[in-house]
Amino acid sequence: MKGNLLIIHPRDNVGVALILIGAGEQVSGEGLGGFSALEEIPASHKIALGDIAQGEEIIKYGETVAVAIRPIKKGEWVHTHNLESKRWKR
Amino acid sequence: MELKLTGYQRADGRFGVRNQVLVLPTVSCVNGVVNRIGREVPEVIFAPHPHGCGRGGRRDMEILFRILSGMILHPNVGGVVLIGLGCEVSNTRRLLPLIEKSGKPIEVFNVQEDGGSLATTRKGVEAARRLLTAISNQPREAMPWDRLLVGLECGGSDAMSGVTANVAMGAVSDLLVEKGATVMFGENTEMIGTAHVLARRAKNAEVAKKIEDMIDRAERTAREVMGDLAGLIISPGNMDGGMSTIAEKSMGCIFKGGTGTIHQVVDYGEVPTEHGLILQDGPGYDGDSMAGLAASGAQVLFFSTGRGTPVGFPAVPVIKVASNSRVYKAMPDDMDVNAGSLVEGRSLSDLRSEMVELMVRVVNGEKTLAEANGMDVFTFMTVNPPF
Repeated sequence: MKGNLLIIHPRDNVGVALILIGAGEQVSGEGLGGFSALEEIPASHKIALGDIAQGEEIIKYGETVAVAIRPIKKGEWVHTHNLESKRWKR
Repeated sequence: MELKLTGYQRADGRFGVRNQVLVLPTVSCVNGVVNRIGREVPEVIFAPHPHGCGRGGRRDMEILFRILSGMILHPNVGGVVLIGLGCEVSNTRRLLPLIEKSGKPIEVFNVQEDGGSLATTRKGVEAARRLLTAISNQPREAMPWDRLLVGLECGGSDAMSGVTANVAMGAVSDLLVEKGATVMFGENTEMIGTAHVLARRAKNAEVAKKIEDMIDRAERTAREVMGDLAGLIISPGNMDGGMSTIAEKSMGCIFKGGTGTIHQVVDYGEVPTEHGLILQDGPGYDGDSMAGLAASGAQVLFFSTGRGTPVGFPAVPVIKVASNSRVYKAMPDDMDVNAGSLVEGRSLSDLRSEMVELMVRVVNGEKTLAEANGMDVFTFMTVNPPF
């Protein structure tokens, strides 16, 4: 099956777009129930696999890579506008 | 496919996956002699390098002797023609005690004592031909998986490196470790932000402390060297590619080692004494990093790249893993595996099988593209400026 999303680790709460996913487009991939992207997700960028609360950790590779700075809805683009580093503040 | 390894057993118990005659200079001053020998005897591996003298300091000395002796002792090397100058820091008198127990034929010449460059070339050519004959009848034997040491490297990375190629290499690493092999990677700069992750996976508290110290030092060095630019370790280009934090970028890098227990941290070019997953306290720059992994005894390397680099390493086959189909198609002379196929619907387990089977064939003698095309480069890390 040809999917447009990769989930790197079972613990992850974000998936990685393998190609550009348009707003409203269904996402699909190994081990994934289908849902829609709420906005455009550029290739190699992250999408929320479920609702993520403000202050909750962003898990990719099975590890914490950042913290949400506002609530993020399932299907939203996850990037520097809604998360921050736990160590090197910008 | 049956995954059986073969190799050349060496006196120290290690196995080579190649049986090469290596022509090695002690110092850059005699690279010309080494290049001439290599041109006249194309069956040898000749490895000119830019170092050997002109630097002081204990750390540079330690690295210099460890890397040169590590190349001579490397299990893929069956015999060595060592070309010295005479007055250099890494002269053959100081090197010989480090390699006397190699159990392999080593012929030594010094340009200042052997009649100058052309006379030394003639002697080196004759020696190289003698050694090629001398080692040519050594047979390949069955090689146990626990004698295999695989090095991992990523260079010329792109946004997909941490999504496709390094994820695939991580899956390969876990499988190799499960089969009893040792897997090692370095690039301490690209571990910044992941100390807690790697330390948690350490075999014991002592290894955990070494991991934390190594990454602390890498971060301090990055800040000292780069100053206000240290933030550029995660660059605007990285962010355009979807990486948001240094931890995310580094996770994409260290994921190539898989998810296993970390059994040891070795210094740059140091031979590990443990099995399983090993970290090396070495730099990220491709050639320098590969030299450390090779001197540590890695017989084969996996190397992921997204922008595409042709670089290989002398006497050590390098398997290039493209992170995207574009670079795989753009550089057909250089890319052995296309991890970009994951984007086209291929399963990770299918790609992993291809990579492991290719590695087994390479161990058993099949040439990688970098090896077949002679793309090998030999250089290594130094810490101080030249005098």
